[in-house]
Amino acid sequence: MSIQQTLPLAGVTPDRTGNYRSDHLLVAEMIERGSKVLDVGCGDGELLMLLESRGIDGRGIELSREGVNRCVAKGLAVVQGDADTDLVNYPDDAFDYVILSQTLQATRQPKAVLENLLRIGHRAIVSFPNFGFWRMRLQLLVGGHMPRTENLPATWYDTPNIHFCTIKDFVQLCDEINVKMERAVALDLYGRPLRLNLPWWFWNMFGEQGVFLLSRGKAK
Amino acid sequence: MTKVQSIASPAIHGEDRAHEADHPTSQLAKFGMDQPLKLDCGIDLAPFQIAYQTYGKLNADRSNAILVCHALTGDQHVNNPHPVTGKPGWWDTMVGPGRPLDTNSYFVICSNVIGGCMGSTGPASINPATAKVWGLDFPIITIPDMVRAQTMLIDRLGIETLFCVVGGSMGGMQALQWTAAYPERVFSTLAIACSTRHSAQNIAFHELGRQAVMADPDWRAGRYFEHGTHPHRGLGVARMAAHITYLSDAALHRKFGRRMQDRDLPTFSFDADFQVESYLRYQGSSFVERFDANSYLYLTRAMDYFDIAADHDGALARAFRGIKTRFCVVSFTSDWLFPTAESRALVHALNASSARVSFAEIETDRGHDAFLLEVPEFFDISRAFLQSAGKARGLGNGDAEP
Repeated sequence: MSIQQTLPLAGVTPDRTGNYRSDHLLVAEMIERGSKVLDVGCGDGELLMLLESRGIDGRGIELSREGVNRCVAKGLAVVQGDADTDLVNYPDDAFDYVILSQTLQATRQPKAVLENLLRIGHRAIVSFPNFGFWRMRLQLLVGGHMPRTENLPATWYDTPNIHFCTIKDFVQLCDEINVKMERAVALDLYGRPLRLNLPWWFWNMFGEQGVFLLSRGKAK
Repeated sequence: MTKVQSIASPAIHGEDRAHEADHPTSQLAKFGMDQPLKLDCGIDLAPFQIAYQTYGKLNADRSNAILVCHALTGDQHVNNPHPVTGKPGWWDTMVGPGRPLDTNSYFVICSNVIGGCMGSTGPASINPATAKVWGLDFPIITIPDMVRAQTMLIDRLGIETLFCVVGGSMGGMQALQWTAAYPERVFSTLAIACSTRHSAQNIAFHELGRQAVMADPDWRAGRYFEHGTHPHRGLGVARMAAHITYLSDAALHRKFGRRMQDRDLPTFSFDADFQVESYLRYQGSSFVERFDANSYLYLTRAMDYFDIAADHDGALARAFRGIKTRFCVVSFTSDWLFPTAESRALVHALNASSARVSFAEIETDRGHDAFLLEVPEFFDISRAFLQSAGKARGLGNGDAEP
């Protein structure tokens, strides 16, 4: 696994995150001003608002009507749509970045979605909850039940998250479909980036979520 | 004997309506023989006139103009009492000071469509060549023709680029046509409860309406003005049928159910026993007071012919390729005349063109008519879309000339 890891991000100080979620700030820091960005599963537009405030041309797709209407009422360019079925409507290279924030695990075809992200965008930014996080493992090992956390409170029978994976699983998938990882960050339970010189198994155990900046790999 | 009562004759005399067709209570833009309107059917219409209303002030940059496109049975009287019926403007909840189309910030223009009967040249106008009412001699017009006429009006008003083109239903078709045909002149588009093409079902309903008009003996092959008649029964039936398509099963049930009109027991006749019947008859008879029957034929036909994709080799995305215009598309859950699927097809095409588009489906049981009603979520979205577009356009509140 060859992964290029860069230095921690300037401006994302874990204790002073203001009103924004730390993973959103992390994503925003990865994107240059003036870029054209599609946020897939944009919820109520919190990340898009942050991006727009930084001079980034943001668009969104959101599954829930309530979410879409809240976004549009904020003046955001958001359409109602489904990552699984609607990404095919976008042409190649339409965006500089396509973001999939905490949504991958809720798609029916995560692999196809990931491939579409990197077809539509030159780069993709994907974040997801790490199912290899130690608390998840512990709940299954000791409790013997499907894990639930503060960030993933739904029970197994009513969760929209149907395709959980671990950081390790995701890295393997990227390798398999020839996606290059330009940057990888694991955040702990408090949204703080884990130290970079730690080994992957540590990330997979202590990262509560992973945030990845991806680009198309060279043709094999 | 069974009592039969058909649609009442109009309370307002035909002369008021006919007078308004040529001498409207509106501002007029007249175009002479040297400025013909080039129609899709191949005919040059000249001379012709456009009746229009404006609200608010055009700013010094001429950058704050919003064109409102009216629907099939609408007109230019958006936010002033109607000159024939005296009723309030048809969109006075949407347009006005502090309203989503805020006339303190924007200069709002609405013109009567070509083919209409409220002052723009149409089948109810006098044909200058014969000094008689055009009637069926009037050429067939299309949605692109209506828009072409509007561009001539906008030129006359000295406006290069419209800040926004707004419309619902047939008005939405015009807004889309504006954007597809003149993208550089449209900064933003608010397309509500509409489609890029008229569906087979909608064409079928229009044909029903037209046949109802033409089956009325008073229609007189379209020459009713010369015979001093007006096919108010045929037009009334057309309106009744159309009105059902503007509502929804749920809305009719909520509004009327099976309740009786001013009675407790059925009369065992064809009288309007049910409230819903009485309501529809009222809709029919009040419509004929203000609308010309031939105009109804021409405008429904224009909608039937509308198909943006057909003008671009069948590919809708091609119509909007490379477009810079900001879009907001709105549909309503209970609208079965222009269902959400139609808006979604438009949004997919816009996405394929990488256009900046917002799309919201509003939950309501009020059917297609919801776009004319005060639906808070719809108003919030319209307001926010215009404010965000205004920011991108460099418009601020209060920069209109005093």
